[in-house]
Amino acid sequence: MMRTFLKRHGLKLVIHLGALVPAVVMALQLARGSYLDPIRQMTTASGNTALALLGLTLTCTPLARLTGFRAVLRVRRPLGLYTFSYAALHLLIFAGWDYGFAWDLLIPALFTQRFVLAGLAAFVILLALALTSTRGWQQRLGRWWKRLQRWVYAAAGLVVLHVLLLSKTPDKALRYGIVLVLLLVLRWVPARPSAQGASSAPVTKD
Amino acid sequence: MVPIRPSEITPEHIYLSRRKFMLGLGAAALLAACGRLPDTPEATVMPEGAATSEALSTPRPTPTQKPDIKTAFDAVTGYVNYYEFSLDKEAAAILANESLQVSPWTVTVGGLVNKPRVFDIEEILKFEQEERVYRMRCVEGWSMVIPWLGFPLSRLLKEVEPLSNAKYVRFQTLADPEQMPGLGDMTFPWPYIEGLRLDEAMHDLTLIATGIYGWSLRPSNGAPLRLVVPWKYGFKSLKSIVRIDLVEEQPTTFWMAAGAGEYGFWANVNPEVPHRRWSQANERRIGETRRIPTLLFNGYADEVADLYPDLTNKDWFF
Repeated sequence: MMRTFLKRHGLKLVIHLGALVPAVVMALQLARGSYLDPIRQMTTASGNTALALLGLTLTCTPLARLTGFRAVLRVRRPLGLYTFSYAALHLLIFAGWDYGFAWDLLIPALFTQRFVLAGLAAFVILLALALTSTRGWQQRLGRWWKRLQRWVYAAAGLVVLHVLLLSKTPDKALRYGIVLVLLLVLRWVPARPSAQGASSAPVTKD
Repeated sequence: MVPIRPSEITPEHIYLSRRKFMLGLGAAALLAACGRLPDTPEATVMPEGAATSEALSTPRPTPTQKPDIKTAFDAVTGYVNYYEFSLDKEAAAILANESLQVSPWTVTVGGLVNKPRVFDIEEILKFEQEERVYRMRCVEGWSMVIPWLGFPLSRLLKEVEPLSNAKYVRFQTLADPEQMPGLGDMTFPWPYIEGLRLDEAMHDLTLIATGIYGWSLRPSNGAPLRLVVPWKYGFKSLKSIVRIDLVEEQPTTFWMAAGAGEYGFWANVNPEVPHRRWSQANERRIGETRRIPTLLFNGYADEVADLYPDLTNKDWFF
């Protein structure tokens, strides 16, 4: 019985537990005062986690298509929602902790700094995708739902731009950009026969 | 602007003794808590000739809008930009403190001078050292308040007697791949070069720092000697200097060569002139929670503004 449970839910368990690890590590580091610059280091840590989770989310579809391993499609939605959660934490630290919700500073910060604009645009897309990720919205939007969810690639592109615009050197953004292009290209690779229709499997299917 | 009153700054003999106690306490607590302190502060030694309290003059007040609070020792020494070791600020500090050999050390001072000379670090430490509490504003948008020990660069330059055709000073950081793993990153034009116009270099605020918080410089802060130019963005204040040359032409600095046209030679702090990709209007003081406005010339305008004719020329701030 335990074996069937793990076989059915093992991957989801790993995702749910794994996605919480960065938050726990951040909370512990903060609590014991081991961040020398907590604002910047927590901003970076939450941002990097969101980025890594976004990469994993985008890997699900190509992985299912190429290997026929369709179980990964069932963790696509939780991965996407965790991505959104860390992005929201990232934004909250920036606006609330760093800038103290001081709108007289935040509004100029948004319009004079393109990296903020790119990051916020990516967040707005992720917010829309998170809100419409439920089964109800999937049915309401019908065929438009899938088109909407494909905007995740635009969000990922904006995130790469965000990293490029805020870094002193471009190498990190270039690495992420290459990974993103690779993931996009993999969508055009024909699916394995055994996995026909894998990419069209409903994301919310449990 | 209300300058910080001397009475608000703890006299050095008190903070030195208190520091020893606090450092021991802090190190013990940190070690017990996480065991990640690479090198306990007790291992740090005062530089010869700088250790005596007579050598320290009264700390110089920093011109500022509100009293500056010195940034914590652990942040000043543990959170640094030192790309020769790592792009990560904490990793760079740990790696530098682990592997940088600061003794023996020599600084070659030459170029357009009457008396070119190789200084041993012991000779550098014989210059009368004083404490200067300076603000450090990083081009990335954060700042610290740091009690340096050192002496004006002008005194070193007077020893070698610059020639009349010397217009600029070119500085070079150590670039030893054996000690500095970051040098493997070939996207950067090593070694780290910086430069000042001669009158900037001769200015009384321009410091050769050999110590910090009453102790000798930590490798992470650019031991055994570094430049501190408090009215310019932090990258001008290069670390671990091995060579100083007086030259006629404006030197091409590391960031001018590496920064894809985003960094100029002058790099004077100005909240009105943004970096190409981010604002410089305000800054985050490490250890404090609210952003504070950035000041023209980092708050040292009264002292240095007359070095630059026509302040409407934005080139001075690029």
